[in-house]
Amino acid sequence: MFGLDKKDTSLFFLVVVLVALAPFLLNPFPENSELAQFNAGYPDLMQRFLIFGIFAIGFNILFGLTGYLSFGHAAFLGVGSYAGVWMMKLLTMNVIPAIFMSVVFAGLFSLLVGYISLRRSGIYFSILTLAFAQMSFSLAYSVLTPITAGETGLQLALDDPRIIGVSAVDGSIPAANLFGLPMRESFELAMGGWLFTFNAGYYLCAVVMLAAFYVAIRIFRSPFGMMLRAVKSNQQRMNFTGVNSKPYTLAAFVISGMYAGLAGGLMVAMDPLAGAERMQWTASGEVVLMTILGGAGTLIGPVLGAGFIKYFENIFSKINDNVLYEWFSALPDGLADVLVFVIHPFIGKGWHLTLGIMFMLIVIFLPGGIMEGIERLGRLFSRKKKSETPSRAAPAPAE
Amino acid sequence: MEILKVEGVNKSFGGLKALNNVNFSVEEGTVQAIIGPNGAGKSTFLNCMIGRLAPDTGTVMFGDISLTGLKPHEINQVGVSRVFQTPEIFGDLTLLENIMIPALAKRDGEFALHAFARVDQDAEIRDKATHMLEDVGLAEKKDTIAGSLSRGDKRRLELAMCLSQDPKLLLLDEPTAGMSRADTNNTIDLLKRIGDRGITKVVIEHDMHVVFSLAEKVTVLAQGTIIAEGKPEDIKGDPRVQEAYLGGAHL
Amino acid sequence: MDAILLQILNGLDKGSAYALIALGLTLIFGTLGVVNFAHGALFMIGAFCAVTLSRILTLSFTTIDPERTDFLGNPLKVETPYVESWFGPEIGTAIIDWSVPLAILFSIPIMAMVGLVMERGLIKYFYKRPHADQILVTFGLAIVLQEIIKYFFGANPIPTPAPPAFSGSFDFGALIGFDPNLIIYPYWRIVYFLFAGVIIGAVFAFLQFTTFGMVVRAGMADRQTVGLLGIDIDKRFTVMFAIAAIVAGLAGVMYAPINSPNYHMGMDFLVLSFVVVVVGGMGSLPGAVLAGFLLGILESFASMAQVVALLPGINQIIIYLVAIIILLTRPRGLMGRKGVMEN
Repeated sequence: MFGLDKKDTSLFFLVVVLVALAPFLLNPFPENSELAQFNAGYPDLMQRFLIFGIFAIGFNILFGLTGYLSFGHAAFLGVGSYAGVWMMKLLTMNVIPAIFMSVVFAGLFSLLVGYISLRRSGIYFSILTLAFAQMSFSLAYSVLTPITAGETGLQLALDDPRIIGVSAVDGSIPAANLFGLPMRESFELAMGGWLFTFNAGYYLCAVVMLAAFYVAIRIFRSPFGMMLRAVKSNQQRMNFTGVNSKPYTLAAFVISGMYAGLAGGLMVAMDPLAGAERMQWTASGEVVLMTILGGAGTLIGPVLGAGFIKYFENIFSKINDNVLYEWFSALPDGLADVLVFVIHPFIGKGWHLTLGIMFMLIVIFLPGGIMEGIERLGRLFSRKKKSETPSRAAPAPAE
Repeated sequence: MEILKVEGVNKSFGGLKALNNVNFSVEEGTVQAIIGPNGAGKSTFLNCMIGRLAPDTGTVMFGDISLTGLKPHEINQVGVSRVFQTPEIFGDLTLLENIMIPALAKRDGEFALHAFARVDQDAEIRDKATHMLEDVGLAEKKDTIAGSLSRGDKRRLELAMCLSQDPKLLLLDEPTAGMSRADTNNTIDLLKRIGDRGITKVVIEHDMHVVFSLAEKVTVLAQGTIIAEGKPEDIKGDPRVQEAYLGGAHL
Repeated sequence: MDAILLQILNGLDKGSAYALIALGLTLIFGTLGVVNFAHGALFMIGAFCAVTLSRILTLSFTTIDPERTDFLGNPLKVETPYVESWFGPEIGTAIIDWSVPLAILFSIPIMAMVGLVMERGLIKYFYKRPHADQILVTFGLAIVLQEIIKYFFGANPIPTPAPPAFSGSFDFGALIGFDPNLIIYPYWRIVYFLFAGVIIGAVFAFLQFTTFGMVVRAGMADRQTVGLLGIDIDKRFTVMFAIAAIVAGLAGVMYAPINSPNYHMGMDFLVLSFVVVVVGGMGSLPGAVLAGFLLGILESFASMAQVVALLPGINQIIIYLVAIIILLTRPRGLMGRKGVMEN
């Protein structure tokens, strides 16, 4: 269906269902229970899952397929964000033009950066992309302040011209909307002890993310995708096979840059502001982590990686010592103290420590990321099943 | 008709003269061998022909196209394919994919942004690749990852990759290097069979058995210069060739 | 002329730090073939060795001086560092003042240990893995190390002064015949530059004149062959890793007075040092040193008021800009060898 084979169709539908039902699925704990803090079903976090999912899907098209490790992709997300905010300032609060221009500008910028960086490969390529991203970051903070608003970040203002639309409504800035439907609008459903929130912005992100995911599947299964994997496998053979690998890698670079711009545009659509810190190399590092953690080169891995990191970032940074003491309240005081003392460095502000350790463990033991883990588990179970069958058959003759 | 014509090619590395005024031509539809002792400049010569190295002076004409200054992929696109001394294949891809890629490159050119087509539904390319695999006897392994093949199988795969492009000229760099006698004979048979398709071949070889089973004409290269050229049986008896191979060593 | 000279001097200290870190990175890359993204963290740990030592030296006990009172009228509590009570106030104070240079001695065993543990415990498992994996695992390690430091020392920069003897500036211009007060240069920066020179000289001398160094150089050129000669190259490479860690650590120790140590200084320097290594040419030790000083000086030139007025923002991007230009015109950097890190 949709030009996908059977396996991909079921994967795609699984993702559609999960994304559509996420407000339920991510809120498994009743509102008043102690476990409610593990709920992830609120709009802001769910939007981030999808937006970073898109970013990682795009990054994976470059890194997962061609093996070119870019350390500068956050720059494209940043450029997309700025373009989006400017569309909202100058044209309309409708999010469609903003998102569209985000993609266009990120695409153009990645074409420039990619064209130059791809003249080199290996670590030289990584350093070139890093250099470009750091340059953009520094410039956004300094010279380009008229465009980027420097350290304060680019925001909407009451006197924005906004050609289609109005500068202000009742003395305040109008809300970002999709043909009149405000992105902030939410419908809340209370069922028993549970409270589910269905947010317009989230579902916009969902539609965009599903489209982006669909396109990624098609690219993976296309001759173009196969060529990209061949570039990763053996570029020399590629050239002697009559393929010009440069336009292929450049196309992959620009596509992934446009995905980053799309993510940046959606960020703006959800919350109309943009800051230079989005372009910093640590932000580029984060998308690398997401992709690797989930499983580079797999279809769904990067999305899982993005969700995993954003979820734990959110949960871990919320847990503090008091929460820990509540959990361990059943334990004797001394033991609880020790446990809290041991766990303390890894939670709250120590979340990055946990992330770093987790990341190292993944690279060391599971280079294929979460997807490889799932595969190994799968194999483990199928092997068990196989070994069970003969053992059940064996005692039969004795009866 | 001459399909390949090399005139006055010189190539030096620092002070070392690797090729000295080499003139060489290949008739269409023939199998020609280049032999020579170690360090004679055979690989340098081949690399100059396919654009991996630029000759210092001289021309390499393929039909009426000059190959000097062309990039490797451009040389392939005009119809020259190459088999490497150590097989160059796509180790992470399946055998079928390994052959579909050159077949696609032949049909769609050096770049095509077919990002929305389904590669597994491209019947033309798939059938061609499957046939090629059958031809070299690897059909039953079509879904294996190529990196796991034995060296002999890798060589056959690489050959199939080149043949799937229906090249006008096929350059083979020591196609049987490191193979057992049985594998070598299989390869010779294979190369003879594809000879029926009228593909012109240039073989660089160490193994005289291979050379004399395949070649219609033999060129002997020693110290960067062509010292003899002719039919295999003539070359066999040529004292200059024996001198070059034995290097004047007192046996 | 004086302005140019001043900028060259200003570039020297940052350039020294770049050169030292890049030298270590190149040693590790050249010998072990590993791209170490945690090298900046080693520099940072070095700086925190200085912080730690100065804290240890100022550890104090409290006595109550009954004859004096604080502003509330209670007996005055007097904090006396242990060192002062052991060695007497004068020597004690001197020791505390000189904590940064003393930290050189303090940090060498620590950095050597950190280096050994890192190499034996983690890096050695990555020799045969792809460069991307090496980058990623050391990147993870860098995050972990910096978070550990942040946990113990907090997120704010910790001022760590140089000994008072070096706290002033000196009039370099007057010394070589310019008008006074034109070229003023802090003493500590001169110390840093000379220190860097000594360390770089020592590393090169070690590689050039010792048998150990000769084997390592041979190993850098052709690891397999040296291995075939029956020399246990791995053990020597482990030592080289420790040496690289010490070099980075010392660079950090001495940098503490110039820039108050904070937990992310390693990452800040790492990105630039990598650019330095690549500009110098992966695997070339002289290239790393040359590029380090070159980029440090260029950076300081670009921050001159006249230059910034002409090309706004150039001071922020000069290093990256130069890196891009050099990489595009000289694919292997200034002094790089062919075939290094190209896949």
